Parts: sequence; C-alpha cells; structure tokens
Amino acid sequence: MELGRLTYMANQIARNLAPQGEAAVELTCQHLRDFWDPRMKAAIIGGDRAGLDPIARAAVERLASPVG
Amino acid sequence: MGYDRQADFGTPEVRSDTTVTLSIDGRSVTVPAGTSVMRAAATCGGSIPSLCATDSVKAFGSCRMCLVEIEGARGLPASCTTPVAEGMVVHTQTERLARVRKGVMELYISDHPLDCLTCSANNDCELQDTAAEVGLRDVRYGYGGDNHLGAPTDGSNPYFDFDPSKCIVCSRCVRACDEVQGTLALTIDGRGFASVVSAGQAGDDFLSSECVSCGACVAACPTATLQEKAVKEIGKPERAVITTCAYCGVGCTFRAEMRGEQLVRMVPWKDGKANRGHSCVKGRFAWGYANHQDRITRPMIRESIDQPWREVSWEEALGHTAARLNAIKARHGARALGGITSSRCTNEEVWLVQKLVRSGFGSNNVDTCARVCHSPTGYGLSKTYGTSAGTQDFDSVMDADVVLVIGANPTDGHPVFASRLKRRLRQGAKLIVIDPRRIDLVRSPHIEAAHHLALQPGTNVAVLTAFAHVIVTEGLADEAFIRERCDWDEYQDWARFVADERHSPERLESVTRVPAHDLREAARLYATGGPGWASAQRNKPNAAIYYGLGVTEHSQGSSTVMAIANLAMATGNIGRRGVGVNPLRGQNNVQGSCDMGSFPHELPGYRHISNAGVRANFEADWGAALDPEPGLRINNMLDAAIDGSFRAIYIQGEDILQSDPNTHHVAAGLKAMELVIVHDLFLNETANYAHVFLPGSTFLEKTGTFTNAERRVQMVRKVMEPANGYEDWQVTQELAKAMGLGWDYTDSGQIMDEIARLTPTFAGLSHARLDAEGSLQWPVNAAHPDGSPIMHVDGFVRGKGKFIVTDYVPTDEKTGPRFPLLLTTGRILSQYNVGAQTRRTANTVWHAEDLLEIHPLDAENRGINEGDWVRLASRTGETTLRATVTDRVAPGVVYTTFHHPATQANVVTTEFSDWATNCPEYKVTAVQVLPSNGPSDWQESYASWSEKSRRIAVEPAE
Repeated sequence: MELGRLTYMANQIARNLAPQGEAAVELTCQHLRDFWDPRMKAAIIGGDRAGLDPIARAAVERLASPVG
Repeated sequence: MGYDRQADFGTPEVRSDTTVTLSIDGRSVTVPAGTSVMRAAATCGGSIPSLCATDSVKAFGSCRMCLVEIEGARGLPASCTTPVAEGMVVHTQTERLARVRKGVMELYISDHPLDCLTCSANNDCELQDTAAEVGLRDVRYGYGGDNHLGAPTDGSNPYFDFDPSKCIVCSRCVRACDEVQGTLALTIDGRGFASVVSAGQAGDDFLSSECVSCGACVAACPTATLQEKAVKEIGKPERAVITTCAYCGVGCTFRAEMRGEQLVRMVPWKDGKANRGHSCVKGRFAWGYANHQDRITRPMIRESIDQPWREVSWEEALGHTAARLNAIKARHGARALGGITSSRCTNEEVWLVQKLVRSGFGSNNVDTCARVCHSPTGYGLSKTYGTSAGTQDFDSVMDADVVLVIGANPTDGHPVFASRLKRRLRQGAKLIVIDPRRIDLVRSPHIEAAHHLALQPGTNVAVLTAFAHVIVTEGLADEAFIRERCDWDEYQDWARFVADERHSPERLESVTRVPAHDLREAARLYATGGPGWASAQRNKPNAAIYYGLGVTEHSQGSSTVMAIANLAMATGNIGRRGVGVNPLRGQNNVQGSCDMGSFPHELPGYRHISNAGVRANFEADWGAALDPEPGLRINNMLDAAIDGSFRAIYIQGEDILQSDPNTHHVAAGLKAMELVIVHDLFLNETANYAHVFLPGSTFLEKTGTFTNAERRVQMVRKVMEPANGYEDWQVTQELAKAMGLGWDYTDSGQIMDEIARLTPTFAGLSHARLDAEGSLQWPVNAAHPDGSPIMHVDGFVRGKGKFIVTDYVPTDEKTGPRFPLLLTTGRILSQYNVGAQTRRTANTVWHAEDLLEIHPLDAENRGINEGDWVRLASRTGETTLRATVTDRVAPGVVYTTFHHPATQANVVTTEFSDWATNCPEYKVTAVQVLPSNGPSDWQESYASWSEKSRRIAVEPAE
C-alpha cells in the first residue's frame, strides 16, 4: 500500500481526534486497530514515519508495540 | 377473487382519545370523535355513494351525492362534512335520498361521454359505480345541450393523460396536489359551467407546469380523466401484490397491479406506514427499466477486458468464476479477494454476499456503497448514542415544532417524506435550512424557511459548533435532560469547548460566511421554539434534525454527525415523538445493507469483527473460520489492487466506476485486478472493466426485505419470474456452491431466519411475521417484541449519551487562483443515483443531462450564458457539460448532479474523504469553469472505449 496515502490518512485521523486531549494517541491507535486491514497496518508500522504528525506517530508506535 | 381497488373510507382517519357511538341504518358503530358520518358508515360495512370524497384528502362537500338523513336534523346533510355525534341516528338509504341522488347523477351524466364499454376506466370507475348504486336508468335532459365532450386530451406527461372530457370537476386532483403532495400545481380555472382543471398558468400543459408527476392526482381521480397511459394500453389489472419500492430510502410500499406477469401500474398502498398512500415520479411510474432492451439476461465471460463478451450457460459462467476465485485464493491468499454488496438489493441478498466473502473467500474485504454515502452516520451515531440508525419514524415529523434540515434536499431526494414535512410546515412548524444552495424547501408555496444559512461548503462543523456555542452560552441547554440521560462530565467538557470565544458565530463568520446574527437566531429557534413559543401546546418545543449527504460526504462527515447528535442531546430532543436525529438515506436499502454486516470491520448487527464471542457464533453457524482482522474498504481495495495485493472482486448491484470519486483512480484499480465479477441488470460502467457478468433480477422478480431510513423492514414480493432465471440471492448461492460451499437455501425466508438467529436486533423477524404485520422497525426482539418506532426512549442504547468534542478542521481541498470555485453535487427529483434505472425510463423528459448551476456573477466574469457548454476542471480531472445560470447557488459555488455517465462528474471529484470512514468528499471540490466547445478528450475516448468494451460476440448456438 502506498505509504504517502496511509500517512495522510493517519494524520487526518489524529488531527480530528486531537481535541480529545490526552486520550488522542490511544484513540488514534484504537482507530487504526479497529478499521485498518492488516496490510495497511503493516505498511504504516514498517514504513518511514517521518511524515507522521506527533499524535499519529505516537499512535503508530503504540500500534507497533506487542500487546498494543 | 380478482382485482379490487383498495378500500376508500371517504374521509381521512381521525385520531382522538374519545369515541362516539351512533347508529347507521340500524347498525351500531363506535368511532373516534371527529370522524365523519361517511367514514363511520364505511367502517361498519356501508357504502354511501360519493364522488368528491376520498380518504386521502379532507372532505369538500361539493358533489351532493353523499347526502344522508339524520333523525332530528333538518334537511339532508352531506355525510362527508358532518361529524358523528353521540347517539346520532343516521339513515343512508331512503327513498327520498335515492330520488335526490338520482337527480344529481343525471346532471353529471348529461355532460359525460357514454363510452363506458370502450373507456379505459371501464369497471374501475367511481362515476360508473355510483351511477349503478343510485340506479340511474335515464337522463331526462338528453345529451344535446352544451357540454365538454369535445375537450382535447393533454397527453404531455409521459405517464398519464389528462382527458377533460371525462372530468366531473370534483377537484379531488386539485386537493390531492395541495394536501397530499404539497406542490399546488393544479387549480380549478373558471367558474360554474366553465370550470376546468388547469395545470399551472394559462398556456401550460401538465409537463410544462409545476407538476412533479407524483401521481397523487391520478390516484385521486374517480374517472378516466387522469389515468395512467399503461392502463389505456394494457387494460385493467387482474390482481395486486403489495411490495416495496426499490428507489430511495423512504421505502414506499405499493400495490403492484398486474395482468399475468405484466405490470400494469404501481399504486401507492394506503396502509404503507412509510408513505401513507403517497408516491413520487420514480416509484410510481419509472419502472420501465425492468424490461428495457439494454437488460442483460444471460451470463457472459471474457478473458480480458479488451475482448468482446461471450454469452455462456449459467453452469459455465459459475464454474469458470469459481475456479478463477479458488485459483487466485490459492495463489495470493484469502485477503486478495473481496466483494461489494448492494444497497439496492434485499437484506437476504446482502447477507449472502457478505457471508460468501467472509466464509467462502475467507476475508473481511466486504464493503457497500454506504461507504460513499452514510458510513459517517454509522460511525457518528454509534459513538454518541450506541447504534447506527435514525432515531424516529417518519410519522414523528407531524409532532415536530421546529425542523432543522441540514445537507439534505428532501423534495428531490426523498420526495414522499418531503410531502409529509411540507404538510407539517404548512401547519405552522418552523423551518431552518442549512445548505450552500437554495433548495426548493427554502421557499415554496405556503412554506418559507425561518432561516436559510447558506454556508460555505465544507464548514458544517464550524456552523454546528457555533450553534452549540449559542445554546450553551445563552443558557439554552436542557440540563435536566443531560444530567439524567447523558454523561455529565463529558457534557461539561464539551460545553467548555464550544463556549470558547473562538467558536462564537461572530468569530466563525469569516469561515462559514453565515451572518452571525442569522446563526444566533437559528440556534435560538432550534433550542427554544422561538419567541412566543405557544406553551399551551406542550412544555417544550419538539425540534427535529433531518440530514443527508451534505453532512456525511465531507472530510469531516463523521464529526458533523457527532456534532448533530451533540446538539440534539444538549437540547433534550431525543427519545420521544417529534424530535430526534434523522439521517435521510439515499438508496432503498442503505440501512439494511449496513445492518447486514456489509462493512469490513464488523459482523451483522454492528459488532466488531475482533469480538471473539460474536465471531464464534457465526463460525459455529456457518461452519467456517473467520478472519479476526478488519478487511479493506472500497477505496482501500482499489489502492491494494494497484499495489498487487488485491486481485478479485465480486460486485453486486453497484456501479463504482460512475458513483465513486476520482473515476481515473477507480478505473486504474479495476484494471489492475485479475478478476472483476459484475452482477447487475445492465452492462454498467464498472462492467467495462469486468471479466464476468452475471445478470441480475429486478425488485419485481424476487422476494425478500428492504429496510428503509426509519429502520422499517418491509417485504419485497416477486410478481414475475426473473428474466435471467434466478433471483439475485440464488445467483450468489450458486456461486458459493460452485466454490464448494454447501449452501441449500430453497427460499429467501430461510435466509431471514438465519439473520434473526445470528443478529440480536433482528431476533423477532421472519417473513411470516412481516406478512402478518405489514412492517416492523428494528430492534425487534424480546425487549421490543413489536419493534421500535422511536429509539432511546428510556435511555440510550449505549447507556449514557456521549458528548464528543468535534473541532472544525478545514478540508485540504482548497480553492486557489487556478481553481477558484467550489463544486458541490446533488440529486434531482426525476433521476436516481447513477441513473442506471431512471435514464432508461421516460423520466429523461425532465432531466436529459446533468447541468452545472453557476451564479450570474461568476457566469458573467467568465462570459458564460445560459445553456453554454463549459469545461469543469479540478486538480483531479475535467469534464464538460452545459451551464445554467441561477442565483440558487452563492457566488463562488457551483453545483451539478451525477446522474449521467456522459458527464462523469466524478472525473473531477477528489480522493479526499472523511477522516473516520473514508466516505468521499463529494460535496467540496475546487474547480475552474470556462467556456468550452464540446465534450472533453476523456469523455470522447471514454465513450468509444465504453462502446468497445460492451461488445457481445455473436456465436453459433452450439
């Protein structure tokens, strides 16, 4: 899956969940867990995270860690 | 038994807490207070002759046929306009009455042709019936005097004729247009003998008038004056079957009136709880596509999409397809396969497609066209209220005091509901419209919106946050309701957020372009009913929100749905009649297709695929292991196809090439796949990229259920044999069997039994139950044995209502020097969705092509005149179409519909989508509009490619 598109999607999710404050990272991570197909998760976890905004990046890091 | 008209009680039903008992011809009858004598007589088996009365419109008292004798009353009162009274003694058949009625009838017949035997209404005519009832044998006046017998027929409407020579000027048609449809297109012109029914202004015929061809006048006409052309051509029907319309999410029920297997006409069913006897031009008349010459009835295959199609037997088609699917699965794994269910197909058919994908293909790559329309509704309402559905039934609107319509155009998209809404507005309910375009509802006969907030497309969340700001900061929130029903802490967080000065209407005005004062007034009206709210009616006004795709099809679609849900909770407008949050669903079975587990992350009944307990139920019932990971959404499937990890797709009843955004991207995705299976009535645009075509069946050829926008499950009944030999659920089953799955449903009712067995909200449903009850609104289960007209009555489905903070995030689709205008898209009354059905009917007389609406200022700046060809270009692509110059759109905004493949409006729409659901942002595209000479290169090359890819090889029979 094209990483640029996935990065855009993750950032958009994070940006809209940002108003939830402290919960935003966990909610973003949960959103990816709940709605993304495994190949999309694998691509964003395995890809270059430079383009990710801070909340999205933290969420992807959490998604990547075993036992979430 | 043969054909009977649906019973007519003469005057509308009256609801009252008190009842009245009276005697009619010696029979005692008890009816609600306020009922007419005529209706009371009809309810106890009597029939008072009448001509101007019908139970769809108010009593008029003009025909003088329904006179009765009432003991103690003077004269002969008209039974239609006389209300019942306690102890009243009525005689409906006396010698005196017979004499008077016969005299009146003589006058009618003296100016009516006596061609009953050759009249198209022969034996289906109330004038004829009434003449028989009164025993008319002669007309003493003769037939030689002045008359209207030579009046010419107006055949301008493609579906019905107006023959004034047969008109008795009962004005039922005029009243039906006023009261039932609410268009007020008809009138009685002239006086006395010169009185004639007239459509529109002098010089108008039915087609050129304001008439919307809903058919209410035709249904109300007691003679052959307004009658379906099909009845003229075919003759009187011999039987009637109740079924459900396959067009929009209103879900009207009709009597399909048949001669053998030939459909003669669709007549709205008065007992239908969604439509209450009303219809629109699509459901009532536009069914001719069912037998259109373009329909494909034999399966076809081809190796590659540049080859012509080859017709094959079902056996070969299914064997070939199953072998290809199994081979791709073996080579690339289950996750390389997927399917798309159709919101046009029945619940049973949707169920089988998702079952095939999950248990046969072995992936969760199943999605539905709700992805591109109401997926944000599912996300937003389940997060805030706990379930993905509208909260009310349609009847509820009759108790609303304030109606907020946002991002919906009900008179075009949901016309039968709109008629009900307009009736309520004419009774005095207040209307707020939030829409970039001046929709008809803003100002139409006897209706004017209190506020029309013509916002900048893409700023819904900002407008609704400003609404909330006004409600919270002006102390208009219903804190008692919130404390009792919602999470108080979450409310406080939300209230603090919206109360911030940066969310005030004044601060946001530069973004939304909505004058702050208007917005404040509208918010106050929604929360309080406005100044001088008549507290005598009820303690607190009922405010209801109705919304459509103008809410969902944005990059913040889900946020807007949540913002709407917040507003309803904050003002206590949830859980009773007259209030609520009401998504107006686009297609007939959008609700049902979502309910049936068409989304890649959830099993039927909105239960996440990761829930092991739920999965285990399905695994045990289906005898197959299910993938615990969510699958791909439509747009992700296309991405994955280009990537090479997604290889085969089964598309039932969807035309994603035309309906999904960024046509080039869709085409590239489909082209990259090894196997595209299209299951449809026609070789649609998507089929240009398909390798297998499985012919589908129409809603007239199958049995099953549709679920409308109010969660109402209704039967669809087969009235003719499928032209292709199979109902669609049977085709899916045959494909499953060819792949080695041991399915053996012999009746679609067995599929409903499986749905009920595995889906708690449907536990109490079966075809037998629906046959008995007519319709039921889910949830139907032990807690709600008779269904649920209103949801969240005693508490929210999720427990406490959840306020979710939504902040305005501007879309990334920006205007700039190259693309200075914003394009938004919508629908028109006479066409439906991608037009596959309606373009193949005479509805094209109303809308033969998509037009671009542009404001006079923007048109003048570009040298564009009415009717000119223009080039519509975005960053994604360009197309050409003709312009219409109108101030319905604001300067800077242009609008078009997407009903015609030649226009390909989605060539210009972008891939921006809702952050939570990827619902495409159809409603906002930055564009430029410039004069043009004709079709674009893409349109021309697509047209020739499209023609080429639709070729069918002519082969010898063997």
